[in-house]
This record gives sequence, structure tokens and C-alpha cells, in this order.
Amino acid sequence: MAEYIAVVGGGIAGMETAVRLKALGLEPVLIERSESLGGHVASWHRLFPDMSHADKLIKDLEKGLEDVDVQLGAEISSLNPLRKGYSLVLTNGKVYPCRAIVLATGFSLFPAERKEEYGYGIYDHVITNRDLEGWFNGKADSRVPESPRAIGFVHCVGSRDIKAGNSQCSKVCCITAIKQAIEMKEKFPEAEVYCFYMDLRLFGKKYEDFYIKAQRDYNIHFIRGRVSEVAETIDGQVQVKAEDTLSGKPVRVRLDLLVLMAGIVCNADNQTFTQAVQMPLDDDGFFRSRDNVGAITESDRPGVFFAGACTGAKTIPETLAEARSAALNVYLYVKGLK
Amino acid sequence: MDFGFSLSPSSAVNLDKVDLSLYDRLAAIDPGIRTCIGCGSCSATCTASAYSGMSVRKVLLAMQRGRMQEVEKMLSNCMLCGKCTMVCPRGINTRRLILNACRLYANVEGEA
Ligand SMILES: Cc1cc2nc3c(=O)[nH]c(=O)nc-3n(C[C@H](O)[C@H](O)[C@H](O)COP(=O)(O)OP(=O)(O)OC[C@H]3O[C@@H](n4cnc5c(N)ncnc54)[C@H](O)[C@@H]3O)c2cc1C
Ligand code: SF4
Ligand code: SF4
Ligand code: SF4
Repeated sequence: MAEYIAVVGGGIAGMETAVRLKALGLEPVLIERSESLGGHVASWHRLFPDMSHADKLIKDLEKGLEDVDVQLGAEISSLNPLRKGYSLVLTNGKVYPCRAIVLATGFSLFPAERKEEYGYGIYDHVITNRDLEGWFNGKADSRVPESPRAIGFVHCVGSRDIKAGNSQCSKVCCITAIKQAIEMKEKFPEAEVYCFYMDLRLFGKKYEDFYIKAQRDYNIHFIRGRVSEVAETIDGQVQVKAEDTLSGKPVRVRLDLLVLMAGIVCNADNQTFTQAVQMPLDDDGFFRSRDNVGAITESDRPGVFFAGACTGAKTIPETLAEARSAALNVYLYVKGLK
Repeated sequence: MDFGFSLSPSSAVNLDKVDLSLYDRLAAIDPGIRTCIGCGSCSATCTASAYSGMSVRKVLLAMQRGRMQEVEKMLSNCMLCGKCTMVCPRGINTRRLILNACRLYANVEGEA
């Protein structure tokens, strides 16, 4: 009887884990709920910090999956413990006896319409970071004007916001806002571009260089203050109000396009997994690692591992590194070496 | 008429209308001035700051918000000692910025 390693979630975390497991001589089955692989990254256009192409990354990962059992449009419908491992029944009826499970189910983007004061879904020219990536990818979007003269980016939408149910920093959206601001300035050099931020968190390799470039070479205006309200004007623009906390003065500005940096939140169905394998969920709603310093890809359960953004906000290089670590940990576990 | 109270004029900054011409001209001479992160090192080290309110950080911010009167007042208190330039983590040549600003002011006033 074949002994599979179930990899749940076909984003970049799951893809890379499956590629590495296969290379290590194990038999992964990659289970993806949607009809295609790539997860969120499949919706992005160009990636910080090198402006590389997201579709190229996914194509490269797909090449490594040619001999891997990939189940698209499928989820786990039941999961039963065996003496060694778990038996998985998928929604498409297939059954997989598995030695180990790697959860790589990623994150959800904060639903921006929940911050009603920002007007997503209410005003004509308010979009999200995801919508803008889609537009960069050539998707028509009537909310993006033909030649905007003023564009704003709102940081921390649904992040660092206890009232919105997410006290964490999503960590990728400051650099994404700066990346997108530069891309818009390149497309519309005449436009004034504003970033409204609470703190700028540019922790990664080369991120601060992006910031300096945005300031010096692109003249992007950074206003330290949280947008308090957005209102549509009679001529269809959006007026934004905030406090410029550096000068202690209220500021307002009219914009032709407002982009909300929706944050990274946990998937609503994480609990179904933790209940099925009887492990606790972390208090932020993500999966709980055995140790957030030394064992981020390990759970409290033998044979259950994590990779990528299912344990919290991650960049792509962090996600890929975790996927490799998870694959190695599975190998050591299956071979009885650890 | 006296209502027993008065309204102070709004201190709000309307970014659609701010006059950035002086700031933009200074940035054309040295784009580096746009990289200020408002860290306050310049003001903390400035001897004139404690006594006069001079602050390169505030000068740069006031310019970006079109509050030119404040800029002029602050600049007049600088002793051009150059300490602020030594401490700026972004490497902004703040002393030269002050000189350039004074030069532009002199021109603006000369034109008027
Ligand atoms: C706006 C934005 C831009 C970004 N840009 C960059 C960038 O330029 N550079 C960078 O380094 N990082 C970037 N990131 C971060 C990057 O998106 C993440 O690092 C990456 O998506 C994490 O991959 P993942 O596979 O862990 O999760 P995901 O991308 O969320 O993939 C999870 C997959 O699992 C599937 N799934 C979920 N639940 C189930 C289930 N129950 N059963 C089966 N399948 C399931 C989902 O359908 C999805 O395909 C950005 C993030 C955001 C929000
Ligand atoms: S990365 Fe920046 S925008 Fe995103 S939540 Fe953190 S501070 Fe806010
Ligand atoms: S040059 Fe002027 S602003 Fe700079 S430290 Fe000296 S007095 Fe202060
Ligand atoms: S030291 Fe430099 S970066 Fe810091 S506030 Fe002064 S000018 Fe700006």
C-alpha cells in the first residue's frame, strides 16, 4: 500500500513542499481547493524586492510537479487517525492513506468592505492591493481612472486593528504599498501619490532601498497618520481626511484613486483541521507552531507539519524556506530519524 | 458683534492646494532632501534648537505642507554650524539645504 504524504493547499508553500518531498523520494499528494495552483501569488503581478514576475515563479514550481499527484478542486472531507498516520478521504471520493500531513493552507485577505469608513464597495474609485495587482496583470477595472492626477494608499487596512479582529501587523503591505506606489508613478508620472501610514515597517533585504527610491526618485508623499474617513465628492473623486501626526495638523486631499492595503488574516476554516487532529489553534487564529523560534514548521502533533502563511504573515522567500524545512522534517520523521 | 467666543482659523492642511514650489526647487538642486525620515537627530543636536525653535526636521516638514512663514522664521535662527549634517542618518547635506533655501528666499524676495 502506497504511503502518501498529504500536502494540503496548492499555494507556493504547498507546491514547494511537494516538489521537495518528491525529490527526497517520498510520495506527496498535493490537494488544492481551487481549480489552479499558485494560491495568492497567482494573483500578483511583480514581486518585491526584485520586481521579478509572479507567473514565472509559479511556472517554475509547476515544472517540478510533473510527476506529483495533484488533486485540484478537492478538499479533505474526512480525516481519520490510523495506527501510523491518517486516512484521508477527499471531496472527490479519493482515499489516501498518509504517513504525514503538511498543512499549507495559507491566509485570507482581510475583507476591505468591513472597514466601511474607507468606502470599499461603496465609492467608485476605492480598490484594494489585490485589485491593483489584478489591474497590473491586465484585468480591466473601471474603478481605475484613465489618467489619475492624485492617488492614495492606505496602510494597515484590517491589520493592527483590534476592533477589526486582527491585532497583528501583516508585514508585507508596507513594502507592497511602496512597490505599488512606484509602479503607479511610473505609469502616471504626472500624478501625485500619497501613502498614509502609521509606521513604515520595511524589515527585509532591500526594502529600505525601495523606500528611499520612492522618496527621492519618485517624489511619493508619505503622511504619517491613519486615514480617518473617506468621502465621495460631487465630481466623483474621493476626499481623504487624516491627521498629519508629524506636524499635528489635520490634512485632507482629493484623490482620483484610493488603494486599500488589505491585511493578512487567518482562514476561517482553520479550526476544522485543528479539531480533526486534536491540536490547539493559536490565539491569532493561525495554526500554532510547536515553537515560534526553533520549530516553526512543526506542530504539537506527531506527523503534522506546517509550511508558509498558514502560521502567520510571511513573505515569499520565508514561505519557500519553510516549505523546504517542512519537507526535510517530514523526511526525518518518516525515516524515523527524528 | 460679540458672541462671547471666537473661532480660530482652521489649521487644516489642504494637500490639493499647498504650494510646494520652494521645496520642489530645493529638491531639484538636491533630491536627497526628499529622503528625510523625520528622525529628529538634526534638531536634537542643534544648539540653536533649544533656544530658538530651529529644526531642520520641522523646516523640511513645513516646506512639504506649504507653511512657508514658519520656515523663514526658523531659518533665521540657524548659525550654520553644520552639526545637523554630521548626524543625519540619510546623509542629507542639511547645512547646504539651509544655505540653498536662504538663497532661494533672497531671490524670491528680490523678484518681488
Ligand atoms: C497584496 C500582497 C502582495 C504580496 N506581494 C509579495 C511580493 O511581492 N513578494 C513576496 O515575497 N511576498 C508577497 N506577498 C506575500 C505572499 O503572497 C505570501 O508569502 C504567499 O502567498 C504565501 O503562500 P502560501 O502558499 O503559504 O499561502 P497562499 O498563497 O494563501 O496559498 C494557500 C493555498 O491553499 C489553498 N487552500 C486553503 N485552504 C484549503 C483547504 N482547506 N483545502 C485545500 N486547499 C486549501 C488555497 O486555495 C491556496 O491556493 C504578498 C502578499 C499580499 C497580501
Ligand atoms: S506591514 Fe505596514 S501596512 Fe502592513 S500591517 Fe504592518 S505596518 Fe501596517
Ligand atoms: S547648522 Fe543650523 S540647524 Fe544645523 S545644527 Fe547648526 S544651527 Fe542647528
Ligand atoms: S536628521 Fe536627517 S532624516 Fe533625521 S529629521 Fe533631520 S534631516 Fe530628517
